[in-house]
Amino acid sequence: MAAAARGCGGVWRRAWQRGAGGPAPAPRGQRAVACNARGGAVPEGKSGLAPWVPVVGLEIHAQISSNSKLFSGSQVQFAAPPNSLVSFFDASLPGTLPVLNRRCVEAAVMTGLALNCSINKKSLFDRKHYFYADLPAGYQITQQRVPIAVNGSLSYSLCIDNKMSQMVTKTVRIKQIQLEQDSGKSLHDDTRSQTLVDLNRAGVGLMEVVMEPDMCCGEEAAAAVRELQLILQTLGSSQAVMADYEIQRQIEELENGGTILNETRAFDSKLGCTVPMRDKEGKQDYRFMPEPNLPPLILYDAKSLPANLNHQQVVNIDWIHERLPDLPSVKRAKLVEQYGILPEHSFTLLNEDGLTEFFENVVKQTQMKPKKVIGWILKDLLSYLKQHSLTVKESPVSSFLLADLLNLLEKKEISSTAAKQVLAELWKGEEKTPLEIVKEKKLELIQDQKELEQICQAVIDGQENEVMAIKAGNRKVLNKLIGLVQRETQGRSNPVLVKQLLEKKLSQ
Amino acid sequence: MLRASLREVSGASPPGEPPRRGEGAPRSGVAAAAGRARKVSAALKEGHVTPTELCQRCLSLIKSTKFLNAYITVAEETALKQAEESEKRYRRGQPLSVLDGIPIAVKDNFNTAGIETTCASNMLKGYISPYNATVVQKLLDQGAVLLGKTNLDEFAMGSGSTDGVFGPVRNPWSYSRQYKEKSVPKSHSEDGESNWVITGGSSGGSAAAVSSFTCFAALGSDTGGSTRNPAAHCGVVGLKPTYGLISRHGLIPLVNSMDVPGILTRCVDDAAVVLGSLAGHDPKDSTTVQDNFKPFELPNLTDVSKLSIGIPKEYHAPGLSSEILALWSKAADLFKNAGAKVIEVSLPHTRYSIVCYHVLCAAEVASNMARFDGLEYGHRSDMNKSTESMYAATRREGFNDVVRGRILSGNYFLLKQNYENYFIKAQKVRRLIANDFVKVFGSGVDILLTPTTLSDAVPYMEFIKEDNRTRSAQDDILTQAANMAGLPAINVPTGLSERGLPLGLQFIGQSFQEKQLLTVAKWFEKQVKFPVIQLEVKRHDHGAFQHQKSASFS
Repeated sequence: MAAAARGCGGVWRRAWQRGAGGPAPAPRGQRAVACNARGGAVPEGKSGLAPWVPVVGLEIHAQISSNSKLFSGSQVQFAAPPNSLVSFFDASLPGTLPVLNRRCVEAAVMTGLALNCSINKKSLFDRKHYFYADLPAGYQITQQRVPIAVNGSLSYSLCIDNKMSQMVTKTVRIKQIQLEQDSGKSLHDDTRSQTLVDLNRAGVGLMEVVMEPDMCCGEEAAAAVRELQLILQTLGSSQAVMADYEIQRQIEELENGGTILNETRAFDSKLGCTVPMRDKEGKQDYRFMPEPNLPPLILYDAKSLPANLNHQQVVNIDWIHERLPDLPSVKRAKLVEQYGILPEHSFTLLNEDGLTEFFENVVKQTQMKPKKVIGWILKDLLSYLKQHSLTVKESPVSSFLLADLLNLLEKKEISSTAAKQVLAELWKGEEKTPLEIVKEKKLELIQDQKELEQICQAVIDGQENEVMAIKAGNRKVLNKLIGLVQRETQGRSNPVLVKQLLEKKLSQ
Repeated sequence: MLRASLREVSGASPPGEPPRRGEGAPRSGVAAAAGRARKVSAALKEGHVTPTELCQRCLSLIKSTKFLNAYITVAEETALKQAEESEKRYRRGQPLSVLDGIPIAVKDNFNTAGIETTCASNMLKGYISPYNATVVQKLLDQGAVLLGKTNLDEFAMGSGSTDGVFGPVRNPWSYSRQYKEKSVPKSHSEDGESNWVITGGSSGGSAAAVSSFTCFAALGSDTGGSTRNPAAHCGVVGLKPTYGLISRHGLIPLVNSMDVPGILTRCVDDAAVVLGSLAGHDPKDSTTVQDNFKPFELPNLTDVSKLSIGIPKEYHAPGLSSEILALWSKAADLFKNAGAKVIEVSLPHTRYSIVCYHVLCAAEVASNMARFDGLEYGHRSDMNKSTESMYAATRREGFNDVVRGRILSGNYFLLKQNYENYFIKAQKVRRLIANDFVKVFGSGVDILLTPTTLSDAVPYMEFIKEDNRTRSAQDDILTQAANMAGLPAINVPTGLSERGLPLGLQFIGQSFQEKQLLTVAKWFEKQVKFPVIQLEVKRHDHGAFQHQKSASFS
C-alpha cells in the first residue's frame, strides 16, 4: 500500500450561497462566490437585484487520539504494515459486535466541553449504509440522531487585511459533535485494474465537529479550523493533523470563482493535494437506522452518578470538566499578561506546537526581559525553523542553549551582532556551548577600554572628511564611524560604548 | 435429564454387543435421586460410561439418522479429541462441570473456530471462522463435546428448516412408531417416504438432533420463534431466554434487537443446566446485562396455589387447530385443579406483531447482510467488470430468494421517504406490544400459558405449497411477541396429536425470571408425561445403518 493518508480535517461539505431574498441551498455545480476577509465585495446575483452572500459551514473529522479503535481492541498506529491492525470486528466478520471504547467517549466529552457544548447524557448510535470496498460492514456506525454533544460555539480571531495588529474575534456556532468510525483505505491500481484495501484505519474513532454556516469566507473558515485544531491538540483529544492543503485548495477554488462540490476529499501526501474520495451527498440514500448492538450511551455528572457503579465503568462529565486544561484563548491571555508580550505574538506562540513551552523555558533561564526574548524566538528561531521546515521539537538549538546565548548578550559579554553569529554556529548542531563558540571565534566584547579607545582613535584619524562633517553638525555620519569601529573589532565592541568614546574624542 | 438421555444412548449399542457394565437399568437409589442434571456426570464419574463411548455412540447415531439431514457438518475428529480430553479429566477425577463429556450440537449460524459455519447459505459455504461464539466457547470451556453443526433455513430466515442450501430437515417423528401407526399413507406407492413432516424452524436441525438422541442438548437461535417452533414440532424442550441474558457474540445475526441463543433439550432440567452454563455478561456483547447471573437448580414444585397463570385471549388465533385448543384448555385446567389462579388476560397489540416484525426484521436483515460483499470472506463471484458488478453478482449467487427478498424490502423500509412510515411506526408498535406484557405482568400474573404452534407439524409436500413469507407469518404468530418484548419463553412438549405428532405449549415469563419460568415448566412437564419417541430407524435409502429395534430408544 502506498501512503495515502487522509488529512482528518477540512471537509467542507456545506458551502452554499444565499440570495438576499432568503436562504436557499444552491444546487450542486453552481458557482460559489469569492469574498474577502470582511465578507463584502460580492458580485451581484444573476437577477441583478441583490448581491450573493457566500456562506461557509464545515464538518471536520478529527481522529481521536486513543490506543485502540472506537469499537474494537485493535491498536491505532500510524504507518503500520497494511492490514496488520485489523480485528475480527474491523473486518466485519459475521457475528462480531461493537464494544465502545471509553477513551473515545471521554475525548468527545472533553472536546464538547471545550467548545461550550451541552453534553447529551444520553446519546445514540446509528448505522449509515453505503457500499464501498474500504467499508467492510457496508455501513458506518455514527451518531446521526442524538450525538454526544450539541449547541456549542467556537471563538476564533483573524487579522484584517493581513495585518497582525488588526485582529477581530468572531464566533461560529457548533451544531454538534458526533462519534463515528473511520473507514479503511482503498488504493486503486489502474494499470492492473484492481483495488487494494487496507483496513488498518477501519474503525478508528473520529469526532465529527459540525459547524453552522456562520462563516463568510475561506479565511474565516481557515482561522476557525486553526483554532479548533489548537483546542484539540491542547486537550489531547486529537492530534488534529489537519489537511491545511484542503482548506487552501478550497480557499483558492472559492477565490477563483470555482465550484465547490459537496464531496469529501482525501489528502494524498504524495501528490501533495487532495483528491475526491467519493460522491458524498448526491442521490445517495444512507438508509440510516439505529445501531441495535449498542445500548444508548449514558453519561453521568456528579449529581446523577450512581453510587453502586464502578467508576471505571462510567464517564463523569463533571470530573472531565474539572480537569480540562487551559484552552488556547486563556493561554494567550495569560501569556500577554504574564510576559507583557503583544497579543499577536501570543497567537504566533500558540500556533506552533511546542513554541510556547520553548519560549517559557528560555524566559525561565535568562535574565533577559520576556519582551526582548520574544523577538529572538519569533524572528530568529521561528524563521530559521520555517526556512528549514523543522518543528520546534526538531530545533537543533535547545531552549537551554538559546538562554545561554541570550545571557551572554544580556551580560554585555557579546554584542547582538556577535550573538547572531553565535546562533548561526549553534544551528549547525555541533554540540558546542555559546561560550565555547564565542571563545573560539573571539566574539567577546572588548572589555579593555584602552584598546577600544585606540581603535576609535585610529578610525577618527583615518576619516578626515567624516570627522569634518560631524564637526559641521552632521551627526548622522557618526553612525558610519561606529560601523567602522564595529568592522575593525569584528563586532566585538559595544556600540553604545563606542558611540560614547567617539563622541568624547570628537568633542575634544 | 441427562440420565434419561444416557439410558437412551446407552441402549443404542449395536445389536450383538453385550451391554456394558453399568449400562441399561440405572442402579437403584441412583435412579430415584433428585437433580437429574448431574446423572450423566455421575455415570461418567463412576466410569459406567466414558466420554469417548458416549461420543462414539452419538456419532454412530448421527450416521444412522443421516437421512434426517439434521447436521450440516459432523466434526467427528475434533469431537473424539474433546471426548478424549474429557476422559482424562474424569480419570483424574477433575471434570470441569456437569457438562463435561456431554455431546452437544450447535446450530450452523454460531461461529465455531476451525469448523465450517455456513448459515446454510452459498454465501458462507466453506467459511471457517477464526473464532468461537461466546456460547460455544462457554460450552467447550465446561468440557462439552461439540459433535457438529445443525441445519437451518438460510441465515435462519424461515419457519420450516426447509429453505437452506443443504436441503430440508426431516422431523424424526416422521419415523416414529407413534406417527406410523396413526398416519395412513395416501397410496401404497408413497410408502411413507413422501409423508415425512417438517421440523419447523429455523432451528430444525438442532431440534431434530436432540429429538433423535444424537446429542444431549443443542443450541438454536430464536428471533421470532425459531427455537420454540421446531421444539414444539419435534417434541423437545425449547427455551428462548430473556434478551440480554446470553451473549450473541458469534451468533450470525438475523435481527440483532430480537435474536437470542436458544436452548434445545429433552427435559426442562437440562435446559436449566445449559442456561446456567451460558448466561451472564459478556464484555464482547454490549447488550448483555451487567448483573451477575447465578446458575440455579430447579426445585420440585409441589404447591402451585400461589401461582397466577395468564391465558392471553388473543392467542386464540385464526387457524389454531382444535386439538391444540383442547390441549391448551386442558393445561389451563391442570393448573386450576392444582390450585393455581388461572385468568384470562388481554394482549391487544399482539395481533400486529407479525406485520411489525416483518418491517423490523427486513430492515435489520438489509443492514446485517450488507457485509456480505465477497471482499473479506465468503462467496465471491467471478464477475469482475467493476466492484459494483462483483457485489451484485456475489449477492445474487450467494443468497437465496428469501434472503434477497428481505434485503430488498428492508432497504425499501429504510429509505428516507419511507423510514417514518414503516420503521418508526413498527418501532412504536413494538413498544405497544411490549407494554401489553408489562401491564399484564404488572397486574399480578406470573406466567403466561399459550400454544406454541397453530397445529402439529405439516408434511413437507404440504408445507412447500406456500412460500416462505406466508409460512413465517403463520408459524411465528404465537411466538413472535415474546421476541418483540425480549421476554423469556419456553416450549414444553405436552402431548401427541391425532396423527401421532408432538404438540407443545408455551410459557412466557417475566424478564430475567428464568428460574420461575423453568420451575413452572418443570412442574408442568412432570404432570403431562410426554411420551418418548419410538424411533424406528429402518434400513433407509439414505443410510446404510443396520436395523435397530425401536425399543433401543425407549
